[in-house]
Amino acid sequence: MKTHVQTEINGEAVECLIDPSTTLLNMLRNELLLTGTKEGCGSGDCGACSVVMDGELVCACLVLGVEASGAQIETIEGVADKDQLHVIQEKFLEHAALQCGICTPGLIVSTKALLAQNPDPTEEEARYFLAGNLCRCTGYDKIIKAVMDAASVLKEAS
Amino acid sequence: MVAVTYHAPTSVDEAVALLASSDLPSKVMAGGTDLIIQMQKLVGDARLIVDLKKIEGMQTVSIDADALRLGPSLCCAKLTRREDVKAMFPGLVEAAYLIGSSQVQGRASVGGNLCNASPAADTIPALMANRAVCHIAGPGGERSVPVEDFVTGVGRNCLVAGEILTQIELPRPSARTSDAYLRFIPRTEMDIAVASAGASITVDEDGICRDARLAIGAVAPTAIIVDAASDLLIGKSITEEALAAVSEAASSASQPISDRRGTAEFRRHVVGVLAKRAVSIAAERAQGAL
Repeated sequence: MKTHVQTEINGEAVECLIDPSTTLLNMLRNELLLTGTKEGCGSGDCGACSVVMDGELVCACLVLGVEASGAQIETIEGVADKDQLHVIQEKFLEHAALQCGICTPGLIVSTKALLAQNPDPTEEEARYFLAGNLCRCTGYDKIIKAVMDAASVLKEAS
Repeated sequence: MVAVTYHAPTSVDEAVALLASSDLPSKVMAGGTDLIIQMQKLVGDARLIVDLKKIEGMQTVSIDADALRLGPSLCCAKLTRREDVKAMFPGLVEAAYLIGSSQVQGRASVGGNLCNASPAADTIPALMANRAVCHIAGPGGERSVPVEDFVTGVGRNCLVAGEILTQIELPRPSARTSDAYLRFIPRTEMDIAVASAGASITVDEDGICRDARLAIGAVAPTAIIVDAASDLLIGKSITEEALAAVSEAASSASQPISDRRGTAEFRRHVVGVLAKRAVSIAAERAQGAL
């Protein structure tokens, strides 16, 4: 039996009918066609499906879609302001902090969550916080450079 | 994933009634980080999932005159951000902070870690060291058991059909008491304990140990309390000799297995090292604790 889910995604009220065994990840991608959130491992190990749910960074593959009822969800689609990229996105481009791009939405969502919690992280703090976002291409160095650069720009702007 | 029926009751009574009357095999969900993975592997009959997070008190933590009262479903991220909890039980917070990634901590809970009852669960030795009590509600009413009696085996706990864990209570530590938790993993992050130790130590004004409780994890089917360590420490100064004896006691209390993450011999040695370090850190913290 399908369940009716009413939730808020990136500030917009949305609803859909899903099977209760559907993960939030599959609900976002297959029902709501928000395919920016990627599936990597599907078991909470890689962070490609990172989203923010009621203020907490989570793996969308470890959340049931039905749990999103009444919750507020933030995904990669809500990071940029229309055509205006977020500073974190700009810095990922500037530092070439990606190759294949599968981990990038998750890393950007996680970086945003990190900087919301800790606007001035040390490199070590950033590395620990982002340890759940795996990247098979970059070796992480460029990612961390982009994160630290974005942090300093956002700090100066505030 | 296997077909599921999902309920998110808003009261303990409703949750117990759902579980007790279900025709389907049922599973209780807190953060879901273990459960959803388990569900993905299941085949066959549909399952009932009872999500406890909507029940009042399941996701809160409060400190009163007698105890810290932890809602079992509170996610580790929220718990580890609480400075008052960290000040009272730094070791428990260290354990919760070691579970998975930032994302996993946004969902995983101490209650879930406890009920899932992995031999390597990080919070269980910390809960044991702090004499945590588990409050349970079920069709037969309410009962409370010490945490060491809650876990009964690998992946097994003492809950019977229809019962749920409603609160984890940690008695308020006496003066000059603190705790610590350490684990060994081959990496620096995102791994499961090969061996672990949690300790709670009370010292007096002269630095003499007045109470001590050591629990070790990942070296037996369940975490275990090392009673011999308490006997070796209470009434004495925490010297290098005392710590060496504690280390030996922890190693001999362990009953480790060899697997891909470590040999039994390695685990037996490392758990001793972790035990003496955890005791030493807890004692140092206790000296500074009011």
